[in-house]
Amino acid sequence: MTGPKFGVVVFPGSNCDHDAYHVLKHLCGQDTVFLWHKDSSLQSSDVIILPGGFSYGDYLRCGAIARFSPIMKEVVSFARRGGVVVGICNGFQILCEAGLLPGALMRNDCLTFVCADVRLRVERAGTRFTGDCREGEILTIPVAHGEGNYRADEDTLRRLEGNGQVLFRYCDTSGNRSPEANPNGSMSNIAGIMNESGTVMGMMPHPERASDPLLGCTDGMKIFASLIRSFGAEAALSAMPDRGRSTAVSAQT
Amino acid sequence: MFRASINITLRSSILDPQGKAVHHALGNLGLHAVEEVRIGKLIELRINCRTEQEAKTIAEEACRKLLANPVMEDFTCTIAREAEGA
Repeated sequence: MTGPKFGVVVFPGSNCDHDAYHVLKHLCGQDTVFLWHKDSSLQSSDVIILPGGFSYGDYLRCGAIARFSPIMKEVVSFARRGGVVVGICNGFQILCEAGLLPGALMRNDCLTFVCADVRLRVERAGTRFTGDCREGEILTIPVAHGEGNYRADEDTLRRLEGNGQVLFRYCDTSGNRSPEANPNGSMSNIAGIMNESGTVMGMMPHPERASDPLLGCTDGMKIFASLIRSFGAEAALSAMPDRGRSTAVSAQT
Repeated sequence: MFRASINITLRSSILDPQGKAVHHALGNLGLHAVEEVRIGKLIELRINCRTEQEAKTIAEEACRKLLANPVMEDFTCTIAREAEGA
């Protein structure tokens, strides 16, 4: 069985679109297309990726303008029909602005742009985004953002936690969620969440920058591999590079 | 013609890291009487419509749909008639 077809949306100012395309097309061997923001066809994609970058120059608020582009109208209705959508960094901000994920991403509490490898604890394994991970597993994936400070009201936060919608949290090398391990001040160290039905996921860290073995860390590949496997595509995974070089370490819990 | 002045501020329940940093800097300048700093943005719209009420409705719709994010921001709209020929 062939795997899912991926559509990577390109907004003016997207800058991680080619990284995502490279990982999905060349490393995972999946059918992958770029989707221009002015287009209104998703070209029968099974999974939509909203990549990182600075769509529309981050004017007004990050992701606020991108949300109104023609392609986003299609992405929103695709998601509402149960389609699978992944937002990375700026893509996460766009998903929140579009109301596909709850909450908002504010200016980092340190006020600076943070570009660094961070540790993420997998809070929930077995979702279509984390099927290849173990619960409590620690992934090393880089962040690169100025507005990644996740905020939501108390009710929303309680709902997210109660439904198991928090997928990744910033942690230290032992898996503890300490304030020091939190690069941006996010509530409850939240780095990535999904919607209630488990079809839309947003995360600030960049798994596409930690997938090619050439770059030294392939922990991010687990997320793409999970996605592909969730479509029952074992064959496509054989095209994947050796994941034995992963730098993942187990939680000491 | 009307001019809408829209003030967008972070909701009071939300920590404003920019405001905090500026507050700290003001303290370093010796302005210790300043107890709090909140930073927001000002957006001005020129609106071509007949009545002040209509202008307010349009400005508020703009705020709700795009200009402010209700998760973290509050807004106020002040409407003023523009002088003819301005």
